[in-house]
Amino acid sequence: MTGAQMVVEALKQEKVEVIFGYPGGAVLPLYDALYDAEIRHIMPRHEQGGIHAADGYARDTGKTGVCIATSGPGATNLVTGIANAYMDSVPLVALTGQVPLHLIGTDAFQEADITGITMPITKHNYLVKDVKEIPRMIKEAFYIASTGRPGPVLIDFPRDILAAEGFFKYPERVEMRGYKPTYSGHGGQINRAMRVIKEARRPVICAGGGVLISGAQQELLQLSEIAQIPVTNTLMGLGSFPRSHPLSLGMLGMHGTVYANYAVTQSDLFIGVGMRFDDRVTGKLEQFVPGAKVIHIDIDPAEIGKNIPVNVPIVGDIKRVLTQMIKKAQKCDSGEWISRIDQWKQEFPLCYDCAEKELKPQYVIEQISKITGGNAIIATDVGQHQMWTAQYFSFEKPRTIISSGGLGTMGYGLPAAIGAQIGCPDETVFLIAGDGSIQMNSQELATAVFNKLPIKVAIINNRYLGMVRQWQELFYERRYSSTSLEFGPDFVKLAEAYGAVGIRITTAEEVVPALERAMEIKDKPVIMDFLVVSEENVYPMVPPASPIDQILRGGGK
Amino acid sequence: MKHVLAVIVENKPGVLTRVAGLFSRRGFNIDSIAVGETEVPELSRMTILVEGDENTIEQVIKQLNKLVDVVKISNLTNESTVNRELALIKVKAEPHMRAELTQLAETFRAKIVDVSLDSLIVEVTGDVEKLKAFELLLRHFGIQELARTGKISLMRGVKYIKMNGEGRKNG
Ligand SMILES: Cc1ncc(C[n+]2csc(CCOP(=O)(O)OP(=O)(O)O)c2C)c(N)n1
Ligand SMILES: [Mg+2]
Repeated sequence: MTGAQMVVEALKQEKVEVIFGYPGGAVLPLYDALYDAEIRHIMPRHEQGGIHAADGYARDTGKTGVCIATSGPGATNLVTGIANAYMDSVPLVALTGQVPLHLIGTDAFQEADITGITMPITKHNYLVKDVKEIPRMIKEAFYIASTGRPGPVLIDFPRDILAAEGFFKYPERVEMRGYKPTYSGHGGQINRAMRVIKEARRPVICAGGGVLISGAQQELLQLSEIAQIPVTNTLMGLGSFPRSHPLSLGMLGMHGTVYANYAVTQSDLFIGVGMRFDDRVTGKLEQFVPGAKVIHIDIDPAEIGKNIPVNVPIVGDIKRVLTQMIKKAQKCDSGEWISRIDQWKQEFPLCYDCAEKELKPQYVIEQISKITGGNAIIATDVGQHQMWTAQYFSFEKPRTIISSGGLGTMGYGLPAAIGAQIGCPDETVFLIAGDGSIQMNSQELATAVFNKLPIKVAIINNRYLGMVRQWQELFYERRYSSTSLEFGPDFVKLAEAYGAVGIRITTAEEVVPALERAMEIKDKPVIMDFLVVSEENVYPMVPPASPIDQILRGGGK
Repeated sequence: MKHVLAVIVENKPGVLTRVAGLFSRRGFNIDSIAVGETEVPELSRMTILVEGDENTIEQVIKQLNKLVDVVKISNLTNESTVNRELALIKVKAEPHMRAELTQLAETFRAKIVDVSLDSLIVEVTGDVEKLKAFELLLRHFGIQELARTGKISLMRGVKYIKMNGEGRKNG
């Protein structure tokens, strides 16, 4: 068996159903082996599209995404996607081709030191130097990518290794003395946490992406309801707690709800669950939860105490830890607190001004939320439209938001939506994109059309790099330096050029009919170009480096 | 404050880069790093001197632990340890200075390991303070070249780092 055949065989053993890959010289042997393999292969139009698609697939299915790229430029085109997956803890295995072993280090044609380049943005990576190592390395790669705190793993295959002959035996177990994640929470710490919770009067849970990764939404709901603790979410954690639940506070942080930010700031107990105290969440760190004890539950011990001091650290898998906690949970005396929060909800709801005839971006997203009943997978790009999605789409179910949180990668959305639709063919997949972001990977429309994916793309077209424009308006005296997109393409024609459906929407009345029409189309993508007002700002907003309760409420009320 | 970490790692290519890269990426400062094989051939030991407060060191240890090739980390800072470092120092030495230098070397239990017409190489071992003191003295003669190995440490008495025993490792 050749090295390339071993790779294919190993992927089968790992039950890989779909690969997102792009061929090239160094991976020719691998593509030859794939020619006869019964693994679905999706060819994007750019390696970045491929890896983001694998990432979107992993986020909505929970399975490990797999992508392939050739050596040199193919491999370097993966870099953004790898960093993106690393920041958001997405399980990925990236397979790259490399120049033959004897040429490594000679600046050979299409040589790039991809293991060196990706060392700081992978959970682990490998350069294969002997065909015998292939089965073990692939086994380890999948194991590392998908266990503990998930993340991307890269394996670099010199071309001659892919062509070399070897004996294939897939290992049953992995033996790595250097990698042993902790899954169960420490009993003593759990007891301490439960004592602290019982004494709390103003508790808040903040649920992050870790809850979704661990599949702990049910346990989270139970703990919150038994102990009567309100729940806020990070961007990554949206969908881990139903937004329509009375105890839901929506998103926290820079563009979070006023009531979430007030509640967190005035809490006497902050329970961080599978979240990492990112600066977009905490605002000015020194003034974050000034009067609260902190319980922090995470599978990655390095996250605990990294940004803020913690009173009760619990390292473990969220689902297991919450299960351990639920067994001992009691109602805490939070009645007064919850009614204070409800008052804030009344007083400071999410809202926006809307004059008649204006097409507002928030309205578009509200209508998408309504028409789907929260029953859809929502991919986003990065910018204002992403924040409005987080605010105005009612995320009810886990693994329904597919958004680049940690890295904030423009151009993530379309390929990620493709991966998500391939992973969940029966779900409605929406992409809420920016007119800027969509242009960073719009070539993937070809992939979507070719694969007959009925993705509903809503371009929130404000003719600006809106989020950057907003900062220029607020902090740089409206000096709109290089943020205008007035020369954007005609997105309806772009859709048609690719064989997709294009619809332009210019008024509020057209929104619902357009969405209804889009929902009817089942065999190709629909691009809806929503020409929204151009200088709308995202509010609430915590100015950078301010404490999160100093929140600008902006327009509306 | 300076901390001493003994880091047991897989003896594989690229491991030093992973460790060093992690230090620079996270903004930790390495004072010195000494690497060599251990009694178990597949494992190497890195002795790392790192500057930082308690929180920083905790982060350093946790982040190092996340590297798949790191097998075990022991913080030797507050342990009673034997510490050694070796330096080779080439000093200017006209023939008439040699006697004085030889005497000085003896006081520090240093060895003269090479002699040329107008210079000597002195080899000295000891803890970091001793090496510093010796270096300062030799400066008066004129140091042409100096190479140090970085510090290595072992715990005194019955304690030792078990190579195959379970170190607590996390993903
Ligand atoms: C790859 C990349 N480049 C630059 C940025 C900086 N950036 C953040 S938001 C944004 C504007 C996005 O514009 P658009 O997609 O139109 O979304 P809008 O904010 O207008 O909704 C930019 C340029 C980024 N996040 N990612
Ligand atoms: Mg825009």
